[in-house]
Amino acid sequence: MSGPSDYQPSNPALQWIERRLPIMGLVHSSFVIYPTPRNLNYWWTFGAILSFMLGIQILTGVILAMHYTPHADLAFKSVELLVRDVNYGWLLRNMHAVGASMFFVAVYVHMLRGLYYGSYKEPREVLWILGVIIYLLMMATGFMGYVLPWGQMSFWGATVITNLFSAIPYVGESIVTLLWGGYSVGNPTLNRFFSLHYLLPFLIAGVVVLHVWALHVAGQNNPDGVEPKTEKDTVPFTPHATIKDGFGVACFMLLYAWFIFYMPNYLGDADNYIPANPGVTPPHIVPEWYYLPFYAILRSIPNKLAGVIGMFSAIIILCFLPWLDAARTKSSKYRPLAKQFFWIFVAVCILLGYLGAQPPEGIYVIAGRVLTFCYFAYFLIVLPLLSRIETPRPVPNSIAEAVLAKTGSKSTPMVSTVIALALVGALFAGSVDSARAEEGGTRPPGNNWSFSGPFGTFDRGALQRGLKVYKEVCANCHGLSFIAFRNLGDPGGPGYSTAQVAAFASDYKVKDGPNDQGDMFERPGRPADYFPSPFPNEQAARAANGGAAPPDLSLITKARSYGRGFPMFIVDFFSQYQEQGPDYVSAVLQGFEDKAPEGVTIPEGSYYNKYFPGHAIKMPKPLSDGQVTYDDGSPTTVAQYAKDVTTFLMWTAEPHMEARKRMGFQVFIFLIIFAGLMYFTKKKVWADSH
Amino acid sequence: MTTASSADHPTRRDFLFVATGAAAAVGGAAALWPFVSQMNPDASTIAAGAPIEVDLSPVAEGQDIKVFWRGKPIYISHRTKKQIDEARAVNVASLPDPQSDEARVKSGHDQWLVVIGICTHLGCIPIAHEGNYDGFFCPCHGSQYDSSGRIRQGPAPANLPVPPYQFVSDTKIQIG
Ligand code: FES
Repeated sequence: MSGPSDYQPSNPALQWIERRLPIMGLVHSSFVIYPTPRNLNYWWTFGAILSFMLGIQILTGVILAMHYTPHADLAFKSVELLVRDVNYGWLLRNMHAVGASMFFVAVYVHMLRGLYYGSYKEPREVLWILGVIIYLLMMATGFMGYVLPWGQMSFWGATVITNLFSAIPYVGESIVTLLWGGYSVGNPTLNRFFSLHYLLPFLIAGVVVLHVWALHVAGQNNPDGVEPKTEKDTVPFTPHATIKDGFGVACFMLLYAWFIFYMPNYLGDADNYIPANPGVTPPHIVPEWYYLPFYAILRSIPNKLAGVIGMFSAIIILCFLPWLDAARTKSSKYRPLAKQFFWIFVAVCILLGYLGAQPPEGIYVIAGRVLTFCYFAYFLIVLPLLSRIETPRPVPNSIAEAVLAKTGSKSTPMVSTVIALALVGALFAGSVDSARAEEGGTRPPGNNWSFSGPFGTFDRGALQRGLKVYKEVCANCHGLSFIAFRNLGDPGGPGYSTAQVAAFASDYKVKDGPNDQGDMFERPGRPADYFPSPFPNEQAARAANGGAAPPDLSLITKARSYGRGFPMFIVDFFSQYQEQGPDYVSAVLQGFEDKAPEGVTIPEGSYYNKYFPGHAIKMPKPLSDGQVTYDDGSPTTVAQYAKDVTTFLMWTAEPHMEARKRMGFQVFIFLIIFAGLMYFTKKKVWADSH
Repeated sequence: MTTASSADHPTRRDFLFVATGAAAAVGGAAALWPFVSQMNPDASTIAAGAPIEVDLSPVAEGQDIKVFWRGKPIYISHRTKKQIDEARAVNVASLPDPQSDEARVKSGHDQWLVVIGICTHLGCIPIAHEGNYDGFFCPCHGSQYDSSGRIRQGPAPANLPVPPYQFVSDTKIQIG
């Protein structure tokens, strides 16, 4: 992309093509001989990482769309079934859902790198603005993608975000109706979001092409911010940058795989495992972590229209950055004051993100206002002012000189920054967690689950006993609608044989039909049938249970959670603790007390439960000692029942958990070896360039 | 390699490059598999393809019914004496896809013809009781099948396939 190339393939057939469409010459000049500054550090590999993530998102997205049904009644179920039934469906879904977060991790690093090293300055203004456009498109895409699973957070996130537009004077309401295609978020909304979610990534890809084009016209910026002058300042893109980028991608994949295989729900919200319910808003509506700083700005401004304007201008202001910061020196490396303010700005963003996840009350509101002011002050006051008053340190004459100066002093600020950023990232992501905290229940005690940790597996005995408890006790009120009888024989499950599954299924009466006469009829269950629900519909379930419909239990251990609080959620990132759901379910089953403690009043028709949020639960104490007989000699106590049935429900929530962890281990072995090989290859390639 | 100037350890370096390239290729190929495998029928589709039972008692002589198994239409014809005789009278060797009628039905249940009703030409559904051979006629490109479901005329290359099935009683079959 940097002018006509004199590239000539040796093969005559390729020559023939090249004369008519110089595509190989384009690739050759843009990605092979393209001169890249020799002093680039690893922060520059995030461009390649982002391209990789965009590719992964499009690939997995196109595949998920093959199995997904964009209909308000079927979307939630289709996502669950694709995770359970499609070959490697769980893997593809985790890759896509986690991939969105990783995409944003990479883009934030990429943007902050640009900010720190002044990559937006002359002659790269258009390059930078194209980047902001990509970022905006990413936000829109991410938001619409989050709506598609049609869980509670999807639905209410869609409601809240689309309602932002109602702040526009006069036409706001009409615009919102237009966005919804109805009088509230509903099936038409879901359908158009699906369509747009499929479209936007290709627009992103298109703008990325422009972004790369602009990059190759202006040339890459570099940590010293001096433009390359001679051949000595640059190295050819291939193999130098290619292999370095490859190593960067390999390292990034380690982080990505950690989430895919070991913490797939760490960045998500448990509420999104509850199907969308237009009648009930979850107690805390929290957007995905990557929107939190802007969400905090929105909430800090006590006027609807001003809040929305503030939120959008927080992003749009980035477009004006090249003109707000008029300093001649590009890199903050040589700008002592700008460097300090940069880190303050990073801290402001992270704190805003933290606040975005907190309930909007008390000190949080005040802090939010202060930080919102700081955010805008950085762009509107600090940067313009600095460019006038700051005296930058002298910049090196050339890149080669900077590289020579550096070889003497061996400093590795990169490593410490990565560690700091990792901790901060965990804090940031985990801040979602604190939003769930303290909803008026006692924190459940931890348990020793056989399925926790990187090598966790289900205890077959517990699964079989848990199934018995479910069948004899829970099934009277709770459905298990995503589990088919055949699943009981699947690998990684309770481990029944095909014959046992068929026998188990035939004990059930299943409604089928209509037959040739047009009548519905009952027949014995087959392995392909799903567990029948105890009530024909939600209204019946509600009516029979004092107004509270017993929730379906298929996903209950993933749909319930509790806040772990700081610093536990950071520890959890490393220890892979993610059994909040099972801990909670098991605690609630054991948390019934005959008499509410002093000062707690329990309304008529409810029962006191120590661990249930608000303590008043509609479900009467379900388990008592000796209620279910076990034939393997396990103790028939409430504690054992709770443990067994929770284990069983963990399996129903994620039948492929064992496969996930097993494959995760293999992937990690591979990635570590691969990253090591890439590292040494990179060292060899660069051996003569330092 | 543009940087190949350290000539002291060429072999070790080459080995490193080959190993890295091989690891990338193996990893890439392994990563491709889930993306291909997901296209196969999923577990619920496979489970729904389990054998089905069909009650034959309501099907009178000369009638036929169509049932679906694994999404495919299955013709079950209660053949008349005339149809059976016609099917058995032909010289098997003269057929495009030689197969005797006896080999296509279950002995003792010769009146029942069970075939997958998908034209072996390009997959249309032939119409029963039409055409010149008292069997099936495919409207798409004019293939004609006889009362044993064998191809007699037209572009289709093979007989209508017989699905796996067995009689569980005199009036009930299990397909699959
Ligand atoms: S498909 Fe039947 S004749 Fe072509």
